[in-house]
This record gives sequence, C-alpha cells and structure tokens, in this order.
Amino acid sequence: MRLIPRVSGWFEQRLQLATPIRATMAHPVPRETASWFYVFGSAALTILVLQVVTGILLALIYVPSAGEAWNSLQTLNHKIALGWFIRALHGWGSNFMIAIVLIHMVQVFLFGAHKFPRELTWIIGVVLLLMTLGMAFTGQVLRFDQDAYWGLGIGVSISSRIPVLGPWLVNLLLGGPIIAGATLSRFFALHVFVIPGMLIAFVAVHVLLVLRLGINEWPMPGRVVRRATYLREYHELTHGADGIPFVPAAVWKDMFFSGFVLLSIAACAAILGPFGPGGAPDPTIIQTAPRPDFFFLWLYAVLSLLPPSLETPALLIGPAIALGVLVALPFVSGEGEKSWRRRPIAVLIILLLAVALGSFTHLSQHAPWSPEMDAWSGEPIPAEYLKGRTALERQGALVFQLKQCHNCHALDDRGGHRGPALDAVAVRLTHDQLVRQVIQGGGNMPAYGKNLSPAETTALVAFLETLHPAGQAPARDASRAVALDRSGDGSSARRP
Amino acid sequence: MTTTNGLSRRTLLVRLAIGFNVLVAGMLGVPIVRYILSPVTRERRPGYESWLSLGSVEQFPEGQTRFATYRNPVVNSWDGETATIACWVRHLEGEKYQVFAINCAHLGCPVRWFPQSNLFMCPCHGGAYYADGSRASGPPERGLFEYSYKVEAGQLFIKAGEIPTPGQPVAALAGEKPPCV
Repeated sequence: MRLIPRVSGWFEQRLQLATPIRATMAHPVPRETASWFYVFGSAALTILVLQVVTGILLALIYVPSAGEAWNSLQTLNHKIALGWFIRALHGWGSNFMIAIVLIHMVQVFLFGAHKFPRELTWIIGVVLLLMTLGMAFTGQVLRFDQDAYWGLGIGVSISSRIPVLGPWLVNLLLGGPIIAGATLSRFFALHVFVIPGMLIAFVAVHVLLVLRLGINEWPMPGRVVRRATYLREYHELTHGADGIPFVPAAVWKDMFFSGFVLLSIAACAAILGPFGPGGAPDPTIIQTAPRPDFFFLWLYAVLSLLPPSLETPALLIGPAIALGVLVALPFVSGEGEKSWRRRPIAVLIILLLAVALGSFTHLSQHAPWSPEMDAWSGEPIPAEYLKGRTALERQGALVFQLKQCHNCHALDDRGGHRGPALDAVAVRLTHDQLVRQVIQGGGNMPAYGKNLSPAETTALVAFLETLHPAGQAPARDASRAVALDRSGDGSSARRP
Repeated sequence: MTTTNGLSRRTLLVRLAIGFNVLVAGMLGVPIVRYILSPVTRERRPGYESWLSLGSVEQFPEGQTRFATYRNPVVNSWDGETATIACWVRHLEGEKYQVFAINCAHLGCPVRWFPQSNLFMCPCHGGAYYADGSRASGPPERGLFEYSYKVEAGQLFIKAGEIPTPGQPVAALAGEKPPCV
C-alpha cells in the first residue's frame, strides 16, 4: 500500500504543516512537568470540545423562543432518543468545566506559573475564567424555566443599581421592558455565538503562549525567578539533560486524565441525568423559590448576608476589585520564589478563598435567611411544648401557628431559621421584653402590633413564657416586682 | 520612489486606504450601534408604560389583598407566558387602592402575600413587607414597588409595562420618569 504515503505527500507538498507540527509535538519540556499536576489545562480544553459538540447537538432541537424553549427542552428530555443524555452531558460538562478551570487556576497560582515571563498567559486565563462563568450564566438562562426567569430578574436588579447607566442597561440586557422573547434571543446569541467565538480565540492565544514560552518548570524552593536570568535558566533546563520531548514523554498523562474526565462526565450524565428544566417560566406562578446553579450559590448567599447599606457598593465595587487584583497579580509578584513551600501567604489566600466559598455555598443550600413558607401549616408544635399548659398558653400556641411565627422561628429544630429558635426564649427575654418584641419587632423582625389583638398578644406571650428548659428559670425583671409592689400597696416594698 | 518630504506614493496610498476603511466602518457602525441600542433609545420615546386593566373592581374586596395579572403592553407573539405579569392589589376602602409589583425590591424575586400574618414575604433572601408595602425586615432597602392606578367604569387600571428594579430612582434623577414608584 503506497497509496497513503502518496496521498499524504500530496497534501504535505501544499500545506507544509508536517515540520511545524512535529516540532511542536516534540518541543522539550522540563522532566518534572510530566506530572499529574500538569493535566488540568488540557482537560479544560477537552471539555471545551465536548461542550461545543454537545451544544451543536442540542441546537438541532432547541427553540430559542420564550414561548417554546421550555417545551423544546421537554421534547429533548422525553421524546428524542437519548436527548436527555446529550442535555445531561452538556450540563455536567459545564459543571466539570468550572471545577477543572478553578483547579487549573489554583495549581498555576501555587506553582508560581503566573510569574515572569508568563504574565500575559495568566491575564488571558483570567479573561477565560470570566467567559467560562459567562457561559455558565447564559446557559442557565437558556434552560428557560422558573429559576432562569427569576435569575434574570436578579441579574437586572443588580445591573440596575449601576449609577446613571443602570436603567438603560436593564433595557439593553432584556432587549425590552420585561423579561420576554427578546431576552431569551439575546442570551441565546451570547451563549452560542458571541462568547464561544471569543472563548475559542482566547484559548488559541492561551495555548500559543504556553507553546512559545514553554510550560512552567516544577517549582523548587530556592530557585528564584529573576527577569534578567530566567529565560537563559529555562533554556538550560529544557535543552540540557533535564529536557524531554512533550510527545510522548509527558502527553500520555494529559491524555489519560482527559479521558478520565470525559468518562466521569458521561457517568454523572448517565446516572444523575440532566438538569431540569424546572417549572415553566410563567411569571404568574409565584409558588417558587428560585435558586441559581451550583457555582453561583455562594453569591446568592452573600447577597442575603450583606447588610442592606453595604449591598450596592459591594455589588458594584467588589467585582472590579477582584478583577483588578487578578490582573495585577503577575505584575506585583512577577519575580521571586515559585514554590508554594516558600509562599505561605499564597497558600493561606487559597485556603481562605476555599473556606469562604465553601461556607457560603453550604449556607445557601440551607438558606437560613428565608422564612419556611409553609411551616405554620406543615410543622406542628412539638407535643411536649403543650403538655400541662393552661388554656391561655395553648391559645398562645395557636396564635404562634396562625400568625406564622413558626415560619421564621424553629421549635425543637423544626420550622424556619430566619429568626432565633425559641425553645429557650423565656430564659433570654422577660415578659415585658417579649411583649415589646412581638408588638414592635426590631432586630430584623417585623412588628406585629397592628396585626395582633391585645388578647392574642397576651396569649402568645403566655405561651412564649413557657419556653424554657426544665430546671432553668425563666428571665424575670426584679425591679419590676418591686415597682409593682410599691404601686400596689404604697407602704411596703417587701413581700415574700 | 521617495519624494523629498519622505512620503512615498505607496505609503500615501496605504494611509488613504486605511482612512477610507475607517470611514466605511463608521458608516456601518452607526446603524449597527443604533440597532443594538434600540431597546434603550427608539422604544423609550413613547415609553413602555400604558394604562392596563386588572379587571372589574369587584374582584378586589375591601380590606383584602388579592393576586392579579395583566398582559404586558409591549409584546411579541413569541413571548409566550412571559408576557403575563402578576401583581398584588390591596383594596383599602372606596376608591383607595395600593397595587404592588410582584418583584421584591431587593433582587426581584416574586413576593407572596400571607393574610395570616399580614406580611409579604420573599422566598429568595427573606425580605418581608407589611400590608401597606413598607419594608418590615430583611435585605430590601425600601418598600415594595407601587404602580399608579385609577378606577374607571368599574375597572381598576394600573400604569405598567416595565420590570421594576431598585435602580430606577436614578432614572428619575436623569430626567426619566420611573414607571413604577
């Protein structure tokens, strides 16, 4: 068979690609970089290919129309053979993409790969991170369900707060006055044309920079980066005894890991299935608790925990600061130690960020700041809290349920957690303080004065006063007893 | 072929060609930018809001707060269910009403009315409002958005048509009338 060499020779005579491709594949890399720590970038590239392919497959069926998108997702899920699997691959691919990109970024930072001469590679990486998050958000909108609809509302509420330009930006984002057909169409254009186009272009430059500047060498404590000497030292490292050709010495680990990631995505997709869509995007169905996708949950928690006065400044200035820090990083610490063993602050920053993001994500899944809307009708008061109580106190327990106190206050760990649990409230507050708190509210509790009759307040407070652990006396106001005695009989302030 | 001032014929032609293309790019750019900005500029002139009926006033008994919906005035045929918007109508007495937007003043999630506790509550971040729409607790910085209303021929009309957002008071400062105060 001399046909194959002849055909390939014909193409090569015209394309002349064999030499540059061979040179690229065999370019020397430092021996230690053939490591399982250096596989995340290529894995992200592999997932990008998966996302492009599955995205095109979904576009064969999906209808980017506000009236039809949700129905077309149902068709994909239930009527098209394996449509659910393609949706699941795309959805899980998106989650894996963000995870791998974040791991890649942490590895690059801890290995000092952002330092000279790879500053631009890092900055383009930051741009790619923003685009990845942009793809995740716009993709969540294309899954046009209740979460997408109200998520858009959250997005425009945030952008409306930008000074002067805010309200115009809202119309521009929505493509009109409300979240409707034009909104979905422009998010479709962003998700399918604009961001992917830019993403592919920037990925190309990112990879080109990695090839031109060489992969970051394994950081050794004491091997310090200096602008004057680094390039020569790197050349000695790769072209001396320590240099090995990328193909095949290092590439097999990238290939195995990429395959493993693809297999994991496929396994998640096959076992756990696609994401949604949730309820139909009908804004008149308000029995819904919108939640963003996993990687935006931390932000959702931050938005509820910020004090109201800080929220707008934090929302507008916070992202700018974060972006500024990420872009400035390679210029501020462009030289010096690369090894994480000699960079304790770098390690601490990563740990702090991981703990903060993890805690916010965890909080958002329990949402203790939101009332439990049906606790008043769905969570009974524990029986022990009613045993041996007077009629008035039991009436108070009824008021507690009917006025929906249970939606925000837990008893025996059941009910809402918006306010403090009330199992031992009588130990903390005296009778008068309870009355005041119920009537006037305060400390983030609404005032119920207009909403409770005096009889209801009396009963409710009587019930609340029974809420103290056995053997622990309820709080009482000693001075009040004295004052009452004085007014009572005028002469004697002492009574047993 | 360099002339005395150092500008060759070729360099001049290249510069002219660049200038010509900049001119053409500008001519193409203006309509493109206007097209992109059309939701902001063109349609804003007449305004997005108009008077819309919420139906007969008999649906809204005195002293109660009821759920109502309307069809947004600016619609496309492919908007589907998204063009139907909900709101809360509180009938105080006689012809006195309050019509609240469904969107929480914090981040726009749909608030629910609880007649038992006389509160509006938001499922997203725990915002709560009193029956008159004023802020009770939680992250919102202000009370619920209110539509202006009128009663005509036994029907309740509200002026609506644009999603209410917390940033809109800024629009009032810039000379734009906020549709929903």
